[in-house]
Amino acid sequence: MMFVPGNNPGMMADAHIYGPDSIMLDLEDSVTMAEKDTARLLVYNALKSIDYGDTEMVVRINPLNTPYGKKDIEAVVKAGVDVIRMPKTETAEEVVEVEREIERVEREIGCLGRTKIMAAIESALGICNAYAIATASPRMMGIALGAEDYCANLKTQRTPDGDELRLARETIVVAARAAGIDALDTVYSNLNDMETFRKEVEFIHRLGFDGKSIINPRQIEVVNEVFAPTEKAIEKARTILAAIREAEKKGSGVIAVNGKMVDRPVVIRAQRTIDLAIASGILKEEEVK
Amino acid sequence: MQLKESFAGTLESGDIHVRLQPSEEPGLKINLDSTVAYQFGAQIKSVITETLEGLGIDSAVVNVIDKGALDCTIRARVTAAAVRATGKDVWAD
Repeated sequence: MMFVPGNNPGMMADAHIYGPDSIMLDLEDSVTMAEKDTARLLVYNALKSIDYGDTEMVVRINPLNTPYGKKDIEAVVKAGVDVIRMPKTETAEEVVEVEREIERVEREIGCLGRTKIMAAIESALGICNAYAIATASPRMMGIALGAEDYCANLKTQRTPDGDELRLARETIVVAARAAGIDALDTVYSNLNDMETFRKEVEFIHRLGFDGKSIINPRQIEVVNEVFAPTEKAIEKARTILAAIREAEKKGSGVIAVNGKMVDRPVVIRAQRTIDLAIASGILKEEEVK
Repeated sequence: MQLKESFAGTLESGDIHVRLQPSEEPGLKINLDSTVAYQFGAQIKSVITETLEGLGIDSAVVNVIDKGALDCTIRARVTAAAVRATGKDVWAD
């Protein structure tokens, strides 16, 4: 998910060219209070007019307890955004409140249920309520860590090793998995240190995150490299899925591939490998049918 | 419609700076400064006119410096300047 300031029309026009899976147009922290009105109009018009192809379009709105949040929701829902990202989410009630606003606008324009919600968790209270937030609405499609505000709230600071974020990251992955939605990691802001960035992406991949937030197109390649499955893993997954399809035809539930038992978790992992291979552009959907 | 002088936009690449001023004369007087005026001047003016008329503004002086903005950016900046000039938002309060 690539972050793009909502007040920069040049960047908004070009962002999808670099091929991120999703683009988050920001109306919150990257926009000054004096420019909230103009950024909202820029984002609205960009979403209505620019062909972003199959890139998932996300807008980070301002919180509802500011004078901007409600208008942000009206604008981006009317523009047809895929996902609204809530900042600094601390309770399930906040999600319900945003859902209510989305619903109001969707009813007005006749597209009830279209807009999904992602919540960024950026405080200790938010982490304590992660599962409640993740399950607060059927529209919830993911939860994300916002590390800068989280560290400030925790009275600590970010380090290259990320020890201070360990509990938050694990909590977010576990809550997302329990809720059946995506877990997205925080940004890494030092563009001159690609080595630490790669290590961080490898680490969060091992933890189980579904993706990484990025702030620059230069970071896309590293994320794709880390998240893309190896050729060997893809081949193994294809063998497993072919074997399980064959077994299903014969009415058998448990099978063995290369002498190893294949049960449900193995099949789920194999399917995830294929999904990632497709998402990374290594495989085409028609190749795995 | 009563207008107060207002502006929106920047001079960065891909953006457009729009300054709206009240006018004594009827009609929209658009002064366009753009590096692509030769190719797209008429199109830019047409988007500005359409946007302002859509917002009920039919008398104003519009000073515009374009830096290669897309139509959607022009619409956004003109609307923002108009909202600031009239104090009438396009979103519900």
